[in-house]
Amino acid sequence: MRIIFFLVRKEFLQIFRDHTTVVQIFMIPIVQLLVLSNAATFDLKQTRVLVVDEDRTTVSAGLVQRLEAGRQFRVVRAEPTTTGVEHALLDREVTATIHIPRDFESDLVLHGRAPVQLVLNAEEGAAVGIVQSNAGAILDSYAAELERSLPRLTRRQSVVGTATLDLRTQRWFNPTRNYKHYMVPALMVALTTIIGLLLTAQNITREYELGTLEQLNVTPMTKVQFIAAKLIPFWLLSLVIFSIGLTIGKLVFGIPMRGNLLLVYLALMVYLVVVLGLGLWISTITRTQQQAMFVAFFVILIFLLMGGLFTPVDSMPDWAQAVAQANPVKHFVFIMRAVLVRGAGLETVAAPIVGLALAGMAVLALAVNRYHKSTA
Amino acid sequence: MKSFLGFVRKEALHLLRDRQTLAILLLLPVIQVLIFGFAVRTDVREIAIVIVDPTPDLATLELRDRVAASDRFRVVRVAPSTSQLDAQFRASMVRQALVLPRDVARRIGRGDSLPVQLLTDGSDPNTGGIMQGYATAIVQRWYADLAPSRASLQIQALSRMRYNPTLESSHLFVPGLIAFVLTIVSAMMTAISITREKETGTMEMLLVSPIRPAAIVAGKVTPYVALGFLSVLLVLIVARVVFEVPLRGSLALLLAESGLYIVTALALGILISTQAPTQRTAMIFALAGLMMPTLLLSGFIFPLDSLPVWLRTISYVVPARWFLIVVRGIMIKGAGLATLWQETLVLVGMTTFLLLAGSRKLAIRLG
Repeated sequence: MRIIFFLVRKEFLQIFRDHTTVVQIFMIPIVQLLVLSNAATFDLKQTRVLVVDEDRTTVSAGLVQRLEAGRQFRVVRAEPTTTGVEHALLDREVTATIHIPRDFESDLVLHGRAPVQLVLNAEEGAAVGIVQSNAGAILDSYAAELERSLPRLTRRQSVVGTATLDLRTQRWFNPTRNYKHYMVPALMVALTTIIGLLLTAQNITREYELGTLEQLNVTPMTKVQFIAAKLIPFWLLSLVIFSIGLTIGKLVFGIPMRGNLLLVYLALMVYLVVVLGLGLWISTITRTQQQAMFVAFFVILIFLLMGGLFTPVDSMPDWAQAVAQANPVKHFVFIMRAVLVRGAGLETVAAPIVGLALAGMAVLALAVNRYHKSTA
Repeated sequence: MKSFLGFVRKEALHLLRDRQTLAILLLLPVIQVLIFGFAVRTDVREIAIVIVDPTPDLATLELRDRVAASDRFRVVRVAPSTSQLDAQFRASMVRQALVLPRDVARRIGRGDSLPVQLLTDGSDPNTGGIMQGYATAIVQRWYADLAPSRASLQIQALSRMRYNPTLESSHLFVPGLIAFVLTIVSAMMTAISITREKETGTMEMLLVSPIRPAAIVAGKVTPYVALGFLSVLLVLIVARVVFEVPLRGSLALLLAESGLYIVTALALGILISTQAPTQRTAMIFALAGLMMPTLLLSGFIFPLDSLPVWLRTISYVVPARWFLIVVRGIMIKGAGLATLWQETLVLVGMTTFLLLAGSRKLAIRLG
């Protein structure tokens, strides 16, 4: 026990001696959490549109007006014809073009229906779906408005009774649709993981490269003590970083904490063993810091992009979902969101926590096993 | 010139000697593009839904069939009451619940209003909104087919998704991955190779050689430019062959822009390495410092249009942001230099600035 204590002290001295590293370890996650939390959103602020109004009637002008009235669209240009409109899309000047054809008003009056052509720049994929539904909502509400004011020539179908569908929709857990409530917990996980994994992955290779590993090898400590002493300092450090992140999340971004915070910490403590143990294992299988970093980079990227942080895991192909089951980030992000946002209790998160604990033990065993006290 | 060539040769030998690292450097980007091109998708599928149907009849069976037939949904359970919904939502077993009233068919027959409740897990606002949209569409179509309603005034939106009509996720992410992986790998490569010479003390030797600091930097970077270019070629082949990402613009332009961007990223690595005393600080900076901003401020996952204005201003200094517009422009939209000259100019400017700042810093340190 004393041996571990001294080794832990040595690690702390080494970390805190290097001021640049200390500043990096704390500042990078904090600054990035503060800044990037504002970036992780699909909530389109204002979509720039180009309008081609060939109808030029009060009804078509009214439509343009409704578009401009909401905060979702900004009409940056109006053209009389569709020639050259394509270029505005290509140039990224606008995200969408709306073309109101001639006879728009008369079609509405005569037939009760009229088309509007919407062309969207789908280069950014999913985001345009939102633009499309925003535009659709405006068109629908304008149609409902016209229903009352516009004279109609078509005969209405005779209707039995006044049957209506009364569809009431509710969105639970995040009624204000605040992205930050959803993304900040995930970003905290991401940043803690990146820092922790990088520090541990290069730690042993660094000692190997500098030659100090030989000195440690000739001491009487055991392999288990060695790995434990390497793990504990970074485990404590990561706990501190995460706690700072949680405080920022609560104070600055007002993330909800509906569940038990102790549960989050229980999961965190187990999760950190997995990630840091993995880092140490990488460190024992690589020869140079450069290699260690590339492997760590690869692992981090897989963890983050296949962890359901940014894109839903349910949408991934089956094989990728199976792979994601082995991803500790996925489980921890799930636990964080479940406990903080949905207020889930132990019965929901017990299984993933046990899974993480098993993974932690396996990874540590691997690291201890891979570490040899003799150099080949 | 001869000493410079000798120096480049030394760097190339360094690189080629370490087979393991070389393999990692070349294969890593390809593997990443392969995995993420398949795995990262933004479309929403397989939504776990519960249908609460207290009194099953022909009308509700029809609705249940329609939901089950859609590949968007996976009907987890058909429940007689709402009693367990709360717990199921909390446990994330279900993402949506469709709560039907009693006697649906009779209500429709009598012309009564039909109250239907649609509950959605909205913790992720984006996915929540999409799920709600899908379910609403199914319910509305079902109702319209069953109950004759009055033909109300309709403005139909005829949408056309330009450049990516099927909204294929891989067409969206593969160009993004090219930009992302190039940035991190290139910046990290140079940052590490320069700080390593510092740490092992061989930088001192270079210092006393007659080679000028600028030439040292150029010599360090040259083999990596070649390596980066090779890596781009491999990734592009994967993008074309495996994902069938279109290449609507000019290949020559794409390669030229990629070459330019590799130099930008390498120059970034040089600047980092001149600031960092050890490999550790260089790597933390290159990875922890660049990864998340490049991921989130470049338009790779989240569209640039959704950034608040102040953050959009910050994103201007992220090189990947500009390169991503260029890659997507050339591959997806078939844009040429006439449209992309601004972005190209920004990249040229950034590269010049980074190279100047880097070699200047190096000169000061060595002098």
